[in-house]
Amino acid sequence: MTTTAGTVPSAPVSSSSDEIKSRAESQKTFKIVAYTVCVLLTVMCLFPFVIMIVNSTRSTTQIQQHSISLIPGTSLLKNFAVLTGKSFNPLRGFLNSLGISFFSTLCNIYFSTMTAFALVAYNWKLRKPFFTVIMAVLMIPAQVTSIGFYQFMYQIGMTNNFLALILPSIAAPTTVFFMRQYMIPSLPMEILQSARIDGAREFRIFNQIVLPMMKPAMATQAIFAFVGKWNEFFLSSILLTKQEKYTMPIMVSLLKGDIYKTEYGAIYLGLFLTVLPLLAVYFLLSKYIVAGVALGGVKS
Amino acid sequence: MKNKSNGMNYAKYGYLFSIPFVTAFLIFSLYPTIYTAILGFTDCKGLGNTNWSILENPFDNFRNVINNPSFVTSLKNTLVIWIMNFIPQITLALLLTAWFTSHSYELKGKGFFKVVFYMPNIITAATVAILFNSLYGYPVGPVNDFLTSLHIIPKPFNFLTSKGWAKFIVAFIQFWTWYGNTMIVLISGVLGISPDIYEAADIDGANGVQTFFKITIPNLKTVLLYTLITSLVGGLNMYDIPKLFLNGGPDNSTLTTSVFIYNQAFSGSYLYNRAAAASMLMFIVIAVCSAILFYIMRDKDEAKAEKEKKEALKAWKRSQKAAASR
Repeated sequence: MTTTAGTVPSAPVSSSSDEIKSRAESQKTFKIVAYTVCVLLTVMCLFPFVIMIVNSTRSTTQIQQHSISLIPGTSLLKNFAVLTGKSFNPLRGFLNSLGISFFSTLCNIYFSTMTAFALVAYNWKLRKPFFTVIMAVLMIPAQVTSIGFYQFMYQIGMTNNFLALILPSIAAPTTVFFMRQYMIPSLPMEILQSARIDGAREFRIFNQIVLPMMKPAMATQAIFAFVGKWNEFFLSSILLTKQEKYTMPIMVSLLKGDIYKTEYGAIYLGLFLTVLPLLAVYFLLSKYIVAGVALGGVKS
Repeated sequence: MKNKSNGMNYAKYGYLFSIPFVTAFLIFSLYPTIYTAILGFTDCKGLGNTNWSILENPFDNFRNVINNPSFVTSLKNTLVIWIMNFIPQITLALLLTAWFTSHSYELKGKGFFKVVFYMPNIITAATVAILFNSLYGYPVGPVNDFLTSLHIIPKPFNFLTSKGWAKFIVAFIQFWTWYGNTMIVLISGVLGISPDIYEAADIDGANGVQTFFKITIPNLKTVLLYTLITSLVGGLNMYDIPKLFLNGGPDNSTLTTSVFIYNQAFSGSYLYNRAAAASMLMFIVIAVCSAILFYIMRDKDEAKAEKEKKEALKAWKRSQKAAASR
């Protein structure tokens, strides 16, 4: 994780004992301050989730008496019964979100890699203008075009249709941008040439040679595409109005409604169920996720 | 030369492989954008209305939106909340970056802290909003419970009906979800700075603080600008948290522009034309921000390489000339 490239030789040998002492002293103070802050921040990051998890096992009466507790209760099943007894259907939401996120990630990654390949491997007239367009629309968020998008989908009867949330992922400028950045140094043109000599078609070259080579970058981008889609709330809440089409974030928004007003245990459990898959994914893949974030910020 | 003719043969595949992207972009992105822009000039309102026409005074919606006190409030709120979140966020991220990349002090457990600090960013914003709404619950809620049992406040306080506190909490949630991300981006920026510079500074006897302000920050300018603009655009679109935390309340104090647009279009009044006009105003702001980002992110290396190529060609020509004249 950490690079050793930046390690600097230790303190000069010639320094006097006083200097070494003061240096050791300041080392110590620095460490105390830094670790204290880091530990406090860790508590700040984790505490809300700890409360959520513990309270999801406690009964509403227990929570009303003391909202903070580190001792789990025994009301998990009861809370679950209350939760699912109303409009909250975590399994439905989970499956809907899973379906949308999976297929949209598939479209996103496959077609973005293809577009990046077109940008890197071929020398065509509109290549540069095309890349400029991609860069320019990189930051346009869905919100500002949502009114037109909704009206358009409404007219062609695509509201409450998952395809309206999946197909737009085919054009994902951010992913194209990163795939291109990754592809430029790591895709040797000689391989393409020799495949051509062997008589491979361009489409086959892409699918059988380029895609496997891009696997690491595709995996990183896939995590982000998936999580992004899983958490997406604005567009889906506009388009999906039927209860059986609700995604996880829309399910979550139901918890705020009047029907759960005083069922604190059930609310916490509902929240917990929506983050459970994310927490699992995060702790399995955190190494790649953190590395991916680091890659995203700076152009290599 | 052979290579070039080869490239010409294959050029059509460049177009072919871009077709899916271009098609999806035209249908799902460009067309809705133009559609939104047009709707801004029309009388389109009411659920399922497909029968609209351009207004007599096409800019009526825009005028109406700009003069709408809620819209003005929402713009102000968005900006205030963004600033309240961004200043502490970038300060803390820079501080942690300085610590985690320090050459003189090696901290243990950096990997662990990075993973933990980034975690809130991956959790569904909708969930986070409702979780914080429960945490600040009144009269019983973990925060009130905590503060009263430590006798910091005598009796439970209703944070959720106080305008100032509501804004503060929304800003805090934004800060809480994003500082880890910013920190990781900044750290990777620092790791990209040549170690030679640090070595030179160390030999010259610069201390940690000097190194940070004189070397790290100036070399991090591009990354900082990138962070600033992406955060600004993200902040302008802030929707999930203010919408689900208190639905823009109390008394519009957490109403952001995105929530305003949603409320205009999809709750009750279905004023698509006004919402479209507001969207376009936001679009202009974001376009300006993106233009700045686009300018700083443009392919500097490529531009440089092109320049060098030209210069090399010139030098070669010059030497040819010199050889010929000799």
